[in-house]
Amino acid sequence: MSRNKSIVTNNANGSATPFSEPPREADGRARSARLAVVGAGPAGLYAVESLLESASGVSVDVFDRLPTPYGLVRYGIAPDNQKMKSVTRVLRNAFDRESKVRFIGNVCFGVDISRTDLVKHYDAVIYATGAQAERRLGIPGEDLPGSYGAKQFVDWYNGHPDAADRNFHLNVRQVAVVGAGNVALDVARMLIRSPDEIASTDVPDRVLDTFRNSQITDVHLIARRGPVQAKFTPVELRGIGDLVNADVVIRPEEVLVTDDDEIRISSNRELRTNVAMLREWARRPLQGKARRIHIRFLRRPVRILGDNRVEGVLLESNEQLANEQVRGTGSLEALKVDMIFRSVGYQALRLPDVPFDEARSIIPHHQGRVLDENGRSTDREYVTGWAKRGPSGTVGTNRSDSAETVCSLLADLAARGAYNGSKPEQILTLLSNRRVDYTNWANWLQLDDHETELGRRQGRPRVKIPDLRSMLELSHHSNASGSADKTD
Amino acid sequence: MDCIYEGARALYIQPDECIDCGACVPACPVEAIYHQDDLPESLHRHVKDNEDFFTQTLPGKSEPLHSPGGAKRIGRFGADTPLVASYPYQEVET
Repeated sequence: MSRNKSIVTNNANGSATPFSEPPREADGRARSARLAVVGAGPAGLYAVESLLESASGVSVDVFDRLPTPYGLVRYGIAPDNQKMKSVTRVLRNAFDRESKVRFIGNVCFGVDISRTDLVKHYDAVIYATGAQAERRLGIPGEDLPGSYGAKQFVDWYNGHPDAADRNFHLNVRQVAVVGAGNVALDVARMLIRSPDEIASTDVPDRVLDTFRNSQITDVHLIARRGPVQAKFTPVELRGIGDLVNADVVIRPEEVLVTDDDEIRISSNRELRTNVAMLREWARRPLQGKARRIHIRFLRRPVRILGDNRVEGVLLESNEQLANEQVRGTGSLEALKVDMIFRSVGYQALRLPDVPFDEARSIIPHHQGRVLDENGRSTDREYVTGWAKRGPSGTVGTNRSDSAETVCSLLADLAARGAYNGSKPEQILTLLSNRRVDYTNWANWLQLDDHETELGRRQGRPRVKIPDLRSMLELSHHSNASGSADKTD
Repeated sequence: MDCIYEGARALYIQPDECIDCGACVPACPVEAIYHQDDLPESLHRHVKDNEDFFTQTLPGKSEPLHSPGGAKRIGRFGADTPLVASYPYQEVET
């Protein structure tokens, strides 16, 4: 059945039987709407929070492909930003306090469970799957050994199980980071932090060992456009200027602000803050610290140099045009580096059987309602977070974003008033029948306790366990038959 | 986060509950929120004052608010710090 037809069917003859009032359980209680959230990152968990605040009669299952909740809070936010990671205190509330909210981890959408399954078993589905891939530069040499996507490095230092077998050799001196967003700043900052600073974070032990042996002296941050076009948020940018272990090196002539830029700055305080900071750093004398971070604006990498591995990067100078775009001047400069990270944007991937806007790399939607190729609501499917708006904003941005999606969902649910009647245990039976080794909230708390205890012994906030097998074992999840039975 | 609490005439950020994500700074329609490090000299007294909102017993209240763990549940607290309360009301065209 095509998605268009499914709308007509539901509206016209109600293949899902329309109820004038919510159906009742055997004991006479009103049956609650059952909702699925795909992705337990901040967008998904803010959606849960918003659902619980706005509606009493709902129960929510939150799926994640990992046995751990929190998505990019655990695996994206840099380890040296524990303050921002403390948002978990809020995000965990729903699971701690509400028996009608279940975590169903280690379940991969499109592999272990399909769109059809979810639409069948839930009254509505919210996709909060984020942006799983990253953009490439599209230049020669990009696949040389020593050239990496920032996400590979971020996954690794944050102990993501996808990076469990990955190693970075930081026995090099010069590193380039290409990009002008907060991820580029995170990568640059982590590369030049002192080992003692890294030792106060929650990185896995082997990651800490690697940073202890780092030989890096200089990190070059390469931005294609000017300081006003950079996507840094002031909080993150400031973190670069305050490092105990590194000087910031900026050429004053590269902090170029055009007349058009001045107009933009005048109406945007964040841009003003950024430019003021950059100008101050360009002026202040270097303090002879052990490492340096060089910020280079208006430079575009045209080729990564080297025969068998990265030996440098060829940069072309750009000039600013009026419309915030840039044009190459043809003036080239070879920068000698031993390692290069591209950090030019995360990108959502198409979810199996779910509509996708290839041009914008998002799930097409109107106020969070998923739209099909004809721009019509697919009915009972919703989207929030990076899958909805692209990889922009900070943790808190997802709160209002998810509130909008939940508002649309609850309005539709109220108008439709039909509850599909699947029982909470049915989805678990389906997963068990498929031999999916799913986990629950209690399993995560076991792993959480273990990691926190490891951290306590080392005087660190936590020590992450980076491989999936150990994660599952430490979740006390070996007896799969008894697991994930947090049913109502 | 849900760390911005409503007093009587002003909003206050709970410093322990704020995660420094900065999402509120561009979201504020009247540019009234600053990161502490960007606060103009003339407004510096508000750092302590903002903290006082949570640690001091405010007029008409029996105890400090401390860290309730979420502003929405508290709603409008209905009291301000003496500094904020001392500001004259401004004429607002409607």
